[in-house]
Amino acid sequence: MVGHVVHKKLYILVFAALLGLTALTTGVAFIDLGKWNTVVALAIAVCKASLVVLFFMHLRWSSGLMRMVLLAAFVWFAILVTLTLCDEFTRQWTPVPSSWQAQIQQDVR
Amino acid sequence: MHSSTAALAEQFDDLEQQHEASSFGMWIFLATEVMFFGGLFTAYILFRNFYLPAFEAGSRILDVKIGAANTAILLCSSLTMALAVRAAQLGKKAALISFLLLTLLLGLTFVGIKLGLEWRHDYLEGFAPGVNWTFTGPDSRHLELFFCFYFFLTGVHALHMVIGAGILTVLIIMAARGRFSPQRYNAVEVSGLYWHFVDIVWIFLYPLLYLIGGRY
Repeated sequence: MVGHVVHKKLYILVFAALLGLTALTTGVAFIDLGKWNTVVALAIAVCKASLVVLFFMHLRWSSGLMRMVLLAAFVWFAILVTLTLCDEFTRQWTPVPSSWQAQIQQDVR
Repeated sequence: MHSSTAALAEQFDDLEQQHEASSFGMWIFLATEVMFFGGLFTAYILFRNFYLPAFEAGSRILDVKIGAANTAILLCSSLTMALAVRAAQLGKKAALISFLLLTLLLGLTFVGIKLGLEWRHDYLEGFAPGVNWTFTGPDSRHLELFFCFYFFLTGVHALHMVIGAGILTVLIIMAARGRFSPQRYNAVEVSGLYWHFVDIVWIFLYPLLYLIGGRY
């Protein structure tokens, strides 16, 4: 036999935790936490995804090779999001050159 | 001993290496899938920042009860898939076929609820951009954009589910023909990895689309 055989009880336990976290994230959405609603919702989603990856996808028992692939995927995703948002949030920091104003006015019209 | 050598393709040193190679291939594919969905998620985050009020209003229009129920159904299917892989590891043919069938059934239920109930409802209510858009309130154009994202994200996810259902059907036929053994069940294992990945995509879609607009 190849691969690690996980005990049935562990799968059921992980499944129960996933259902519990789903109930929690749904419940929290009905409470006004301001900006923190998004943070909590995403934190719970990351927890749930980690449970699935570690136990259902056997990463806990997999070799470093698989972990490296997953890490690479998320590092690239982080670069994608971070650089895109950096561009967006810093656009207003510098004024539009006056020579462009006429063109912008024309486009708007 | 004979069955073990037959299970080993000649390019591999041993069964462990063969197993590792197939899982590695699937993980690489899933990394490209992270990029595929990642682009969409990034675009969603960006446009949500541009038009926050409209996107929050859009989230509140979606039915959170159906979203939560579908999340539970998909998590159930992930459990049955994990148990199917376990049955394959232990060489339990009947259990393997039963768990694969259950996974298929739960997956189709998810897609049925998604398309038959939710999408149909949104369409009839006039929230289908370009097809049936009757909303005339404030920020109508921006709300339309939210629903574009909603239909595209859930649509691409549902497409992955349908492809997964096809894979499960093939696995069930292969299992019934006795093609799997504790030495060689890589097809079940990597299909499981794919199925769980599609589950993870939904784990992020559910809060992003249904919850973070605030339900209070």
